Amino acid sequence: MSGPDEFDWVSASGHRAKGRRPDYFEDPALDRLYSVVFALAAEVSALRERQNTVERLLDEKGTLRREDIEAYEPDRSAAEERGLATRAYVSRVMRGFQQAVEAMEADEPPVADWVEKLSRE
Amino acid sequence: MASDLPPAYTALTRHPMMPQTNHDEAARFNFLAHFNRFLSGDIGRGNRIAYKNRVLPKFREEHGRNPKHRYEIRDAMNRDDWHRMWSALKRNSMEMRQHFGRQVVLRQLDALDAIASQYNTGSGLLELDSAISQPEYQTAVDIHCQPGGYHGGEREGDVTVGANYDVGLFATTGGALGGLNDGGGQAVVEWAKREYPDWQPARILDIGATIGHNAVPIAQAYPDAEVIAIDTAAASLRYGAARAAAMGVKNIRFIQASGEDLSRWDDGSFDWVQTTMFLHELSAKSMPRILAEANRVLKPGGLIFHVEQPQYSNEMPLFEQFMRDWDAFNNNEPFWSAMHGQDLKQVMADAGFPQDSQFVAGVRAVVDPDIFPPAADGEEEDFGRAAIWNAYGAWKSGALNKVEAE
Repeated sequence: MSGPDEFDWVSASGHRAKGRRPDYFEDPALDRLYSVVFALAAEVSALRERQNTVERLLDEKGTLRREDIEAYEPDRSAAEERGLATRAYVSRVMRGFQQAVEAMEADEPPVADWVEKLSRE
Repeated sequence: MASDLPPAYTALTRHPMMPQTNHDEAARFNFLAHFNRFLSGDIGRGNRIAYKNRVLPKFREEHGRNPKHRYEIRDAMNRDDWHRMWSALKRNSMEMRQHFGRQVVLRQLDALDAIASQYNTGSGLLELDSAISQPEYQTAVDIHCQPGGYHGGEREGDVTVGANYDVGLFATTGGALGGLNDGGGQAVVEWAKREYPDWQPARILDIGATIGHNAVPIAQAYPDAEVIAIDTAAASLRYGAARAAAMGVKNIRFIQASGEDLSRWDDGSFDWVQTTMFLHELSAKSMPRILAEANRVLKPGGLIFHVEQPQYSNEMPLFEQFMRDWDAFNNNEPFWSAMHGQDLKQVMADAGFPQDSQFVAGVRAVVDPDIFPPAADGEEEDFGRAAIWNAYGAWKSGALNKVEAE
């Protein structure tokens, strides 16, 4: 436990930057929600990477020490495998945004228009 | 495909001053490198599509003409659903980078301060001056959304902001600046050595050096030269001087001073005055003052060289200008927009560098391809952070260093 005079690095780390933050959405709850969702996305990514590290260390040594996890540095080939996995993970989390871009490119009519048209033709 | 992936954070070069990261801290930076690449590469093009498909047509309908200025595009795009979502994502990425970096640094701040103090006490590379005040353009907002900007801190005499700047840059740039985040300085050195292989500058001034990541490569490339790296921010210099000492660099000194007042140096004191990604951190009134001071302390025949993103010009499409402006309004870079909109050649001419002495050169980050993939460029350029820069330079008229070198 930290005493009253001790530096609280957790609290201090979260301080805002000086300068008014832009509002990106009409509803401030949405701005807050974005911050939560992507912080969680980062944590899940870190968890996945940690699990991969544990598996690799166990594969290699058959046993595990926590300091080995903290000190683990993938070689180039392992880094590429893990990098590809992270890229694929980000792509899954961000699917809605990716597909929104594709939809803007396609610029299609609503499916209901087709429903109506095919019922006639 | 694998070469498109950003390198693992652990591929970064750990000089002794660099904060230590544990497993998950490095993993969070890995996520950010991929997340940033997704925002600029995979979905960044959504902004252009939204503009062409709906924002521009609507603007034309309302105004009966095309936009005349990047700010008109900004106002229109800031009402577009897609651009708002994309900006919210990017802003959050910046904020996470700061938060992640600060957790790394602040949990080990005692150790970092002790290491810095040890290096700085022994090396003689650091000279602070408490009489130097922080200019408004550095304190109005925290630049890059880094709490404390370049100058603040958590406690007196600490290295928080310098350490946080250094520990996160590798993630923000996806490793494109190299293992030591010094790709900007390496690019300058590569240019100077290629263009003027016999030039041996004896005294070099780097203005706005922050942690010296772009000044140190110059000192290393010209071991017989004396490099003076100045900044108003003691918090960045403390870290930078310790970093340089930890890397074994001896021919550089970090001095707390303002580029607006170089009176401690006589006329003609330097062969080379360098700024790297610095001019956009100033203000309309301070930039000409700094350039005039730089002119004064340069020897006749000396080189002034500024590395920046390209200036906005009539040839640059307004939409590109608008995208390049994003950081000004969303990442606390308040002079970015105005600076890039200026006629820099005229500003430099007014400061004493006639237009016919000026030149523009392209410089490119030097990256080790064995460890890091080449920086992305072209269409997928990450506006504002790309590892390709324009350099705006001039040779001060007089007895010509330049001619001797050629």
